[in-house]
Amino acid sequence: MKAPFSLRNIVTALVVAGLVLLPLYSSLSGNVFVLTLFTRIIILALAAASLNLMMGYGGMMSFGHAAYLGIGGYAVGMLAQEGIGSGFVQFPVALAASALYALVIGALSLRTRGVYFIMITLAFAQMAYYVASGLARYGGDDGLTVYKRSDFAGLINLSNRVQFYYLCLACLLGVIFLIWRIVNSRFGLVVQGLRSNEQRMQAIGFPAKRYQLVCFVIAGTMCGLAGALLANNTDFISPAVMYWTRSGDLMVMVILGGMGTLFGPVIGAVAYLVLEEMLSRVTEYWAMIMGPLLLLIVLFGRGGIMGLLGRFERG
Amino acid sequence: MADPLLRVEKLVRRFGGILATDHVSLDVAKGELHAIIGPNGAGKTTLISQLTGHLAPHSGSVFLGGRDITGLPAYRRSALGLARSFQITSLLPDFTAADNVALAAQAHHGHSFRFWANVRKEKALRDAAQAALNRVGLGGRADVLVSRLSHGEQRELELAVALATRPQLLLLDEPMAGLGVTESARMVKLLQELRREVTIVLVEHDMAAVFALADRISVLVYGRVIASGAPADIRQNDEVKRAYLGDQHVVVKHG
Repeated sequence: MKAPFSLRNIVTALVVAGLVLLPLYSSLSGNVFVLTLFTRIIILALAAASLNLMMGYGGMMSFGHAAYLGIGGYAVGMLAQEGIGSGFVQFPVALAASALYALVIGALSLRTRGVYFIMITLAFAQMAYYVASGLARYGGDDGLTVYKRSDFAGLINLSNRVQFYYLCLACLLGVIFLIWRIVNSRFGLVVQGLRSNEQRMQAIGFPAKRYQLVCFVIAGTMCGLAGALLANNTDFISPAVMYWTRSGDLMVMVILGGMGTLFGPVIGAVAYLVLEEMLSRVTEYWAMIMGPLLLLIVLFGRGGIMGLLGRFERG
Repeated sequence: MADPLLRVEKLVRRFGGILATDHVSLDVAKGELHAIIGPNGAGKTTLISQLTGHLAPHSGSVFLGGRDITGLPAYRRSALGLARSFQITSLLPDFTAADNVALAAQAHHGHSFRFWANVRKEKALRDAAQAALNRVGLGGRADVLVSRLSHGEQRELELAVALATRPQLLLLDEPMAGLGVTESARMVKLLQELRREVTIVLVEHDMAAVFALADRISVLVYGRVIASGAPADIRQNDEVKRAYLGDQHVVVKHG
């Protein structure tokens, strides 16, 4: 990020500008669908950005990140079901529930390393999936319809497509700004040091687990926000959003865009979901094209799209 | 002798049936440079790792400044003033030299649950890092990524990182490993300066360096200390000659 006009920065600026101007295009062209699609993309980009904080900067390969999407979503859905429609209650509860879950799961998972860490985070997320499937009162397997979107007392109307879109975009950019500050703070440097060489960090006096756990909780809380937005976007929440393949999707977005880069997850989410959308129109066997494509990028484009852009420039 | 800075009492560590550390007892006085020598597989690194807390002993105790630190984790020992360098260079390869050292300073300079302010603009940390880098002669290489530094420079950086934690006791695990002749000479010169400021336990294969630097030497063979004393005594010790120095006799004489 040294040169302000590097290829990476130009592409990032273009993508962000495109996202900001999208509602304009949508209203001028009358294409409502594109707005709906990109609202979803932005929400999942937010989830991917939070995973990137943990995975890209913190080196913790969580394979259960979609659990927070579900927890944030269910917090909104369950409160709405019980007649508490205020967003000022729903969103804080969604964040707090995600943080608490992350604290418990993180404390247990961080006793392990490497493949075991991946497996244990996966196992906990699957547990959350089955718990949600068993919630008969809240729709169980079939999921839960959210009849009314979070109510922010007239401050912002989530049922208005454009307002909701900008709320999601503001959340995404806000979270990325936060991650940017964190990554360059004392805490961020410690977490990245732990990714690089944990033993060394212990030797110079850092209690590794404490810092990793806090990073785990921050990432989980951020993803809980994405979950709360997701439930509002689809007016529906079901156990399926926590399924392990969804955690895999998030990982793919991060890796595709470029791990450990600020805007990589956003670029990854846009590329992945737009590609999915386009390919699924051509053939219902879109996954057969998508799979090899991802393989190629992972095999030959180390550092994802951001890495490719950087290398392309250096020649 | 007054209370030693480091006291090791009957330390035992097994790996399966092998006694890697066999009732090792050791005193290191403040200001001393204490060298630990021994043939390959004598258990030197195993001993160092128990001193730093990376490996737990099966029995025995370690005292630092009179305080029992046997059960403390590595990061707590670091806070008490114990620093180590690693035999196999162990730095943060994707960080700059300055970041590596600044992190060490940061660990001993307030807590690190600060999420907002830019750490690279904290003057105290940057200054401490620059001072430590200057100390080892890497002042001009501050912004170079560790993975781009030469092996010799990395060994020096190891030392700068350890120094930045402001240690009372420096445990150096083969700082000369893999260095060329000129680089080794520079390292010896550097250690000669450092020993005036900090107590050092030096594990080293380079006999010339050890006999030039050490106040006292302990000889470790098969996990046991077979001799401990001034360099001149060690040189005369028959058991040491038999067990260890025999084939390196020439080097020792020159040392």
